[in-house]
Amino acid sequence: MNIVEKILARSSGKSKVSPDDVVFAKVDKVMMHDVSGPGVIKVFDKLKKQGISVDKLWDSKKVWVAEDHFVPSAEKISAENIAKLSKFTKQYGIDKHFKYGMGQYGICHTISHEEAMVMPGDVYVGGDSHTNTTGALGAFACGLGHTDIAYVLLNGKIWFKVPETFYFKLNGKLPDHVMAKDFILKIIGDIGTDGGAYRTMQFGGSGIDEMSVQSRLTLCNMTTEAGAKNGIIEPDQKVVDYLTRRGATNVNLIKGDDDAEYEKIFEYEGSEMEPIVAKPFSPENISIVREAPSVELDKCYIGSCTGAKYEDLEAAARILKGRKVKIRTEILPAAISIYQRAMENGLLKIFLDAGVTVGPPTCGACCGAHMGVLAKDEICISTTNRNFPGRMGHVESQTYLSSPLVAAASAVTGKITDPRDLK
Amino acid sequence: MRGNVIKYAQDNIDTDVIIPGQYLKVHDYAELATHAMEGLDPNFHSKVKEGDFILSGKNFGCGSSREHAPIALSHSGIKAVLALSFARIFYRNAVDGAFLLPIEIEQDAYDAISEGDEIDIDISTNEIRNMTKNKIYKMKPFSEIIGKIISAGGLFKYKPDQD
Repeated sequence: MNIVEKILARSSGKSKVSPDDVVFAKVDKVMMHDVSGPGVIKVFDKLKKQGISVDKLWDSKKVWVAEDHFVPSAEKISAENIAKLSKFTKQYGIDKHFKYGMGQYGICHTISHEEAMVMPGDVYVGGDSHTNTTGALGAFACGLGHTDIAYVLLNGKIWFKVPETFYFKLNGKLPDHVMAKDFILKIIGDIGTDGGAYRTMQFGGSGIDEMSVQSRLTLCNMTTEAGAKNGIIEPDQKVVDYLTRRGATNVNLIKGDDDAEYEKIFEYEGSEMEPIVAKPFSPENISIVREAPSVELDKCYIGSCTGAKYEDLEAAARILKGRKVKIRTEILPAAISIYQRAMENGLLKIFLDAGVTVGPPTCGACCGAHMGVLAKDEICISTTNRNFPGRMGHVESQTYLSSPLVAAASAVTGKITDPRDLK
Repeated sequence: MRGNVIKYAQDNIDTDVIIPGQYLKVHDYAELATHAMEGLDPNFHSKVKEGDFILSGKNFGCGSSREHAPIALSHSGIKAVLALSFARIFYRNAVDGAFLLPIEIEQDAYDAISEGDEIDIDISTNEIRNMTKNKIYKMKPFSEIIGKIISAGGLFKYKPDQD
């Protein structure tokens, strides 16, 4: 069995599972946030009316809650949603509620690894499609809607069809000017936004071994944009160290069997990878940066679970150090712990000196919610994950998706720019 | 199940156009319905009728896990979406929450059914009958688990232990 089959077999009490088997998997961790949480609460209200008991969760210790989409509260509806969440976690005794304005909080997928909420081998579900991110730690991490999350909260298990697995093998390191974001955009360009549909996308090879945990998180994050059920990477000592530094103990490793089967294997040579952008209006609509259209950009957005981890901020700072931005640029660290490290290591000064507006952790404009949404005809380069029509604001705005290096270089020139071409 | 078809002849209709991100904070189902398909078809709300179906291409509902998407369509009156394929979270949200039926169709049905056609869907025979054009097409049958959850009326009413 491969790693996903092993996790699903273990969690469903079976000795072996194969693709297309339907299992009810026991869940190890479940997450909801200020968008899925109020949805779950609404499902609970409906169940109560049908006479189904919602007095007790299956295990409140395995539940954690994030505030990220509309925080700090954008207006009164989002403020009410945050209040509902607080009432819910108090009522059900959920201790792990990361509240804004009270120390560590941030985008749920970033908190999942920054706070070591999820361990290798876990079945982890979250009320958000980018829950896939955390598969980079070696978990089966999968996004669900709020009816399914409500079901997990009450029953501790959920059904899955065991997925087929596509294996993406990266031979050799990526060049310095190429980031994990470029690699995953290249893959999505190759297989399309439904290319991984219903499947696991697993990453491996010497290029992945060499890659930092945070870069691996970027890869798994955007398996969602290829339609995948989840993304996963077999955990190694780097994952153990990463989680241990963040307070985890007894981190166990899990790997697929030597004779594990994959539906298809795709191979990429690290040295051949180039900086990539995804043009409007789809993550599969890719172009090499040096061949991208010469458009006048209005905005640069460096944020989100995809593109505002510490490593992403460091990459942007390498470019912005001693330079000025030519277009409106926002940088929103994805969690308070990252914000703090950015302050301690001088990154915030570099950003502010360059003219950047530094904002609080939030999903913000990535999903067109608030904090810098786009006007009609505005063109943005962004380290986020989607560029469908209206994703970041007006339905006639445009978003180009890129790595933090490309986004920062483009902020300096006002045009889509390969970091190697910056003077 | 009989109704008229609203056709969007394109692939990859994503959740950002089915219900734009700014409405994710809204959990009033009737209000969500007024913004359904706003990102693609601002006239949707005025033209949709109770019992209508949406017909579309590949990868319908791709993007986010927002259950707001099937909710907004269902509370607009949409009883089923017929598509060449579906994105996974939209599909399971539609079924587990019992909001609407996601029906996978073949290319022949996609090509032949037009906007406004009256069709009749029979999931017991996996047949789609086009009343306007007097033609019959096959739909792809539901997998076993999906069929059971649909018959039960959603995930909460489905009892896996009684299988």
